[in-house]
Amino acid sequence: MRRIMMVFAALAAVIGVVPAGWAHAFLDHASPAVGSSVPTSPPVITLWFTQDLEPAFSNVTVTDEAGQTVDLGNAHIPQDNPAELQIGLKALPAGTYTVSWHVVSVDTHPTEGTFTFEVGHG
Amino acid sequence: MSAAILEARVQSALATTIILLFANSTALAHGFAGQRFFPATILTDDPFVADEISLPQVSVNPPGPDGARATDIQIDLSKRITPDTGLIIGDQGQRLKPSGLPAVTGLGPLHTEGQYQLFINGPHEVLGLLGLNVTWAHTGRVQALGAPDFTTLSPTFNFGKGFGDLPRSLPYLRPIAITGNLGFGFPTKTESAGVPNPTTFNYGFAFEYSLSYLVCCVKDIGLRSPFSQLIPLVEVAFTTPINRITPGVTTTGTIQPGIIWAGPYFQIGAEAILPANHATGHGFGGVVQLHFYLDDLFPRSIGKPISEWW
Repeated sequence: MRRIMMVFAALAAVIGVVPAGWAHAFLDHASPAVGSSVPTSPPVITLWFTQDLEPAFSNVTVTDEAGQTVDLGNAHIPQDNPAELQIGLKALPAGTYTVSWHVVSVDTHPTEGTFTFEVGHG
Repeated sequence: MSAAILEARVQSALATTIILLFANSTALAHGFAGQRFFPATILTDDPFVADEISLPQVSVNPPGPDGARATDIQIDLSKRITPDTGLIIGDQGQRLKPSGLPAVTGLGPLHTEGQYQLFINGPHEVLGLLGLNVTWAHTGRVQALGAPDFTTLSPTFNFGKGFGDLPRSLPYLRPIAITGNLGFGFPTKTESAGVPNPTTFNYGFAFEYSLSYLVCCVKDIGLRSPFSQLIPLVEVAFTTPINRITPGVTTTGTIQPGIIWAGPYFQIGAEAILPANHATGHGFGGVVQLHFYLDDLFPRSIGKPISEWW
C-alpha cells in the first residue's frame, strides 16, 4: 500500500508542474443563470468559461421560441477577461430564450452548448 | 486603428488559423458528442478513440468463490493513430492470495485493442465505436496466476448515449448518460490443461449522472468547481459462456457504484466492487483510477493522432 501511495504522490507532483490553465473550455456559469427566470429583459448575456477563449472562433447567439434571433450580433470577449463571452440583447418580451454557444479555447479545443432562460417569470 | 496594430491583429489571426487547422482533430479527442462529455469509465470500455492513459488503476478484488483474493495494478494507454482510429495497450501486475496458501505475484496477460470510431451524433449525444480486443497467450504467469495460455479475440461494439435531447419538461433527467459495450470472446484454443475454453458473450453498461452537464446546460443549482465536475455512476459488466460450457460454470460479473471527478487534465475515479452472484465471489472490493488526458496535457505533440505528428 505504501508503494501505491508513493506512485500517486509522484503523479500528483507531475500534475503540479503542468502549465496552469484549463484545456477544454467548459461553461462555468452565466448571467442570466442557466435555466433561470428573470423578471425583466436583461440588456446583455454574459458567459464565464473555465479557460481563456480564442476570439476569432468563439461565438454565442440567443433565439426566442420561434427560433428568431434576439441578440444584437455583437458577441465579444472583454480584453480584461479572456475567459468571458458577452452579447447584447434586444428588449425581450416574456418568454423562453435559448442561448447557443460555440467556443475554442486558446489551446485549440472546441466545445459547445445550449441552455435556456426565461423572462417575465422571475 | 494604426497600421501596426492592424498588422499585429492580422498576424495573430493567421497564426491562430494555422494552429487550428493543424490541431483540429486533436480538438475532437476525448469523449465528446455535441455538448455531452463522456468520462473514461473504469469497468466498461469507452465508446470513443482517445489519447489517454490510466496510470495507475489499483483494484482490490472481492474474494473469489474459492476464497482467493487478487490485487491488481493496471496501466492502459489509449492512442489515436488517425482522428478516427486508435489503439489501446495495457497490462497489469497482479498479486494473488489463494486461501490458506502463500501469495504469488506476476504479470497478467497483455491486452491490445484496435478501434474505429463508427459515428458521433452531436445533437443526440450518441457515439459508436467498433473494436477488436486481443488478450495475448503466454504474456502473463500462466501456471502461478492462471493467466491464459491461449489468445482470445474479442470483437466489440461500444456505444454512448446522453439524454440531453429529452424534452425540457424533464430537466433533471437530461444529465443522464449511458455507455455500454457488447462483444464476444473467441479463444484460439478449445481447451487448456483438459479444461474447455468457452466462447463468451461479454456485456457491460455504465449509468452516469453528470453534474457538470446539469450546471452547464440544464439548471445552475449553484454548484461550483470541484463539485460541479463530479459524475456519480454505476457500472455493471458480465461474461456469459455460450459454448463448451463446463458444468457449474455460469455467468459472472460485478456491479460497481462509484464516482468520477473529471478535471482539465486528468480524472480520478473510485468504485466499490460487488460480485453479481456467488459464481463471481463474495464480499466486496474496490478500485481507484488516476486517468490522464494526453490530448489536453500535450495538445501539440504526443496528444495528437500519430498521423499528424509529421
